[in-house]
Formats: sequence, C-alpha cells, structure tokens
Amino acid sequence: MQFKTHAKTLAVAMSLAVMAGCSSSGGTQEGNMDGTSGNMSGQGMTSGQNMSGSQMNAGDQMPSVNTIYFAFDSEEIRPEFESVLNGHAQYLMANPNVNVTLEGYADERGTREYNLGLGERRAQAVEQYLTVQGVSPSQIQIVSYGEERPAVQGHTEEAYAKNRRVVFSY
Amino acid sequence: MKRWLSQGRKTLATICWVALMCAATTAQAQNLTIEINRSSDQATPIAIVPFEFSGQGGLPQDVAQIVSDDLEHSGQFAPLSRSALISLPSSSQDVYYDDWRKVDARYLVVGKIQPQGNQYQIQYELMDVLGGKRMLGETVTSSANNLRASAHYISDQIFEAITGIRGAFSTRIAYISASGSGDNARYALYVADADGHNSQQILSSDDPLLSPAWSPDGNKLAYVSFESGNSAIYVQNASTGERVRLTSFRGINGAPAWSPDGRKLAMSLSKDGQPEIYVMDLASRQLTRLTNNRAIETEPDWSPDGQSLVFTSDRSGAPQLYRMPAGGGNAERLTFTNNYNSDGRFSPDGKSIFMVTRDDTGYHIAKQDLDTGRVTVLTDTRWDESPSVAPNGTMVIFATQQGSQGVLGAVSSDGRASFRLPSAQGDVREPAWSPFLN
Repeated sequence: MQFKTHAKTLAVAMSLAVMAGCSSSGGTQEGNMDGTSGNMSGQGMTSGQNMSGSQMNAGDQMPSVNTIYFAFDSEEIRPEFESVLNGHAQYLMANPNVNVTLEGYADERGTREYNLGLGERRAQAVEQYLTVQGVSPSQIQIVSYGEERPAVQGHTEEAYAKNRRVVFSY
Repeated sequence: MKRWLSQGRKTLATICWVALMCAATTAQAQNLTIEINRSSDQATPIAIVPFEFSGQGGLPQDVAQIVSDDLEHSGQFAPLSRSALISLPSSSQDVYYDDWRKVDARYLVVGKIQPQGNQYQIQYELMDVLGGKRMLGETVTSSANNLRASAHYISDQIFEAITGIRGAFSTRIAYISASGSGDNARYALYVADADGHNSQQILSSDDPLLSPAWSPDGNKLAYVSFESGNSAIYVQNASTGERVRLTSFRGINGAPAWSPDGRKLAMSLSKDGQPEIYVMDLASRQLTRLTNNRAIETEPDWSPDGQSLVFTSDRSGAPQLYRMPAGGGNAERLTFTNNYNSDGRFSPDGKSIFMVTRDDTGYHIAKQDLDTGRVTVLTDTRWDESPSVAPNGTMVIFATQQGSQGVLGAVSSDGRASFRLPSAQGDVREPAWSPFLN
C-alpha cells in the first residue's frame, strides 16, 4: 500500500519530467529510432507545449509516442523510454475508461514460436511498469506478435533494433 | 532415337502450353521450384532412360524426368544426364548390362507408356546393373492429370527397392507464404507436393499465420492465426477447408503438435502468465498443463511412441531443449552444445532430434543423437529455422533466407545433400512435411 502511494508520487514527479522533456529529448529519441513516426513526434511536441501551461490536464492528451524499443534478447525497460511510459501511465490513470493493448514484438532472429514468448515478455515488462505507476491492470491487454509484422523489413542490426518493440495501441 | 527426340520436343511444347494455361487459369497456384545447391559425393549413380511413349502426340508430363528429379533430390542418387545414356531401351529384354557398367551406372530404370482409353499404362522396370538382374517391374495405370503422382509412386518403389527405406516422394508439404508489408501484408497457407509442384492455397489472411502441423492421418492441419486480433489455434480439414477454432485464450496460443495417435494436441499457452506446455484431449477439449515455470516453454513435439515430449525452455537463461513424459513429470535437459537450441523435432525412429542451433556463424539446422548426445550441424546457411522431418527420416525441410527472400530448404539427414525451394514471389516459410499419405 505504502509502495503504491510512493509509486504514485513517483509517477507524478516523472510526468512532470515528461512534460519538461517532451520538447527536447523525448520526441527526438523516437524520431531517431523510427523515421516513419517523425511527423507524430512533431505533433506531440506542439501539443505538449500547448499543454505545458496547465499541468492539471496532463492526462487529457493521448501521448504521441507509442513505441518503445528493447535491446537484443532483453525485456528490460531502457531509461530513455521511461518518460514515454510515464506519459502513457498518466493518460491511462486520468482516463480509467480507456483501454490499451500492448503489442509485443521481437526481431526475426530465432524461432517464431519462441519469439512470441519474447514479445510477450516485453509487453509484460511494460504492463508491470504501468501498474506500478498505478494504472489498473484491467485497462491493459497484451498481444504478442513475436517476429510477425515487423516495423521495418530487412536483415540489418538497424532493422532488428526497430523491430524489438512494444507498441501502445489504443 | 530420332523418333524419341521429336516426341521429346512435342512433350516439351505440351508442358509449356500446360504451364501457360495453369498460370492463366489458377492465379492462386504458387509452385516452388527446386534448386540443388549441394550434392552428396556418396550418391549412387543411376541411369533413368526416358520412357518410350507409343501414343499420338506427346505426354503432358515427362514421367522418367520426374522420377529422376525425385531420386536426385533425395541426395542418395546421382542420375546420369540424358546425354550420357548409352542407349534407350524401354524393356529389360533390350538391356545389355555391360553397356551400363561402362558408364558406371549402378542401377538402371527403363519403361514405356501406352495410352488406354482416357488413361495411360506405365510399365517400368528397375535393374541392378552390377548384379546383372532385374529387381522390380510393375505396370501402373494413370489418368493424364495423375501422371506426376504416378511418377512419384514409381520413385517411391525404386527408392525402397534399392535402399530398403520407404520412399517419401508421394507426400506433401504445407507452408506459409507472406507478401507485402504493413497494411498490405498478406499471408497464406499452402499445401504442395513434396517437390513443390501442385501448390494449392488453402487459407489466406491479412493477419499472420504460423506453425502449420499435419494430423497423423494427413487429413487436417493445425496452425496459429492472428485473425481474431490475437494468436489462436485452428484445425482445418486440408481438402474440404472446414475449420474450427480450438483455443483462443488470453495470451499466446501457439505451437500446436499432434500426438502420434491423433487424439491429442500439445501446445504452448500463456493464459496463466507465461508460455507453458499443455496437452489438449481433442474429443473432450480438456487441457492438461505439463510445465510450471517462470520461463518461456514452447515448441513441443511428440516422440514417435507418444510417450514423451521434447520442448524448448529458457529456464536456464537461454533456450534449450528438454524432454519430459507426455503425462507430465520431470523435464530432462537434452542440449548443452551452443547457447541457443530450439524447435526440436524427433526423427521417425525416435533416436535423434533435429533442431535449430545458434553458433558463431548463425542459426543452423542440427541433429542430436539421443543416445550419444553427439550434435551434427547439417546446414551452413545463416538463418535456418522451422525444421520438419520427412516421414521416412531421410530429409529435413526448413525455412531459410536467400538474399532478402524467405525460401524453403531441404537437407538430407546426414547433411550431405541439400536443395532450395524458392517461390516465384514473396517469402515462404514454416514448412511442415506431411506423414505418409498412401
């Protein structure tokens, strides 16, 4: 119980950090990782700036960055994506009637069925992060696609890095 | 000789015409073509003489060529090229064994085809050149549409007469094709002859399909489809198309594998948190959970006697193969060579396991002897996965990459011979070799 309260405090603090970071590193990181979402990041920055005057409504806006990425064979949340997750946690907590599907993905290396498991692990790591922040588990669904539906076609390390991901689908 | 040549030309013309008609009328056909990329240095030389045709015009199929291709693809035979044939007998009575010894043919196949009403009678004979004796002779009746199947039947008989191993040329393969990307992605489940011909699409979807698995009677395919928005296991009748959704639990529904008696389906379900091995009794739909571990446990396969299951688990920190009793119990780790071993498939004799292993040079198909633990890496390509063993154990079909295209590959179970089965378009993957069908 105490932990949960602490987590909520932390979440609020983090969300402030998101707001601050939104116009700097948060969006550009995503842009670097995935060229196709460059426009999305731009929109996110604009709306983020509009909202920065009234932090009470931070959860009103659906976060614009919907994808986070993982290291090879890892489901560990990378520090640079915590701000993205905090933004989604804020949004979900402010909108308890909104549900999200976390789509877990893996790169193409290794067997397809095992990669379904890896994709699910990544989505579960995100789910756990969100629930620790205070998001209700009933708002979260998980689907693992494993190496199916790659974001980027190709057999390069760059493509693999963009395919090891969890996507927030509202 | 001259007569045969002119007929050969006509036959070729007929085949081209048939191929064009097929391309025009059945857009769904997506035949795979075989490209041999490694031949065994221990393959037995065999002479296969073009079968004499006594009818009008040409035949829609070159039966002797299909037999020759089958035997060559097995990796166990090296058919002489037609230009190396010293004469063109059509019956054992016309064979001079000394001639064939001179060209180092160990075995000889001759035959003739006669039209009979709407059918053809194919008479073929197999001879042991070294022993100077006839080993096999048979007359096969075939319709025009069935000539390829008849040729595969003949290949089966020749293969078994010489090797003592039942031929698997009349079997089929199922596989998944994928084309396009993003919103334009299309997936399809195909069934084709073991040589890639006669491919038929039996399901298509906008959503991913994977892990087709044949029922032991060869009538049904279990597979995973994402059409409902999540993975779900379906069972489909391969000929009628009738299908049922078997599982659609929360989380992963994957890796279906039929028990040898066809009554149960092993699978991987993550409905209770993480992927675990379950067995479903198909009549009652009752599920039994076999593993309980905070690890990914998937890719089950039944031993041929139905007594045990091999599966992949990363409980040690990386995927490795384990074996456990089919009724549940302790799992014993099987693989210790390399830090990535997955997708284990029993050989039909139950004595070894084919699997995917990762070493410094990539993901390969390997075979592990279950008695000695000895591992033999069978392929030298980098991205090999999804091994599926022919019902006679002589070949393994798998998925690999050729350039940026996903193609099917096959390797003999001794690793000596291999070939590829590329598709004309799109990626093909997830091959599953059928059981014996006749």
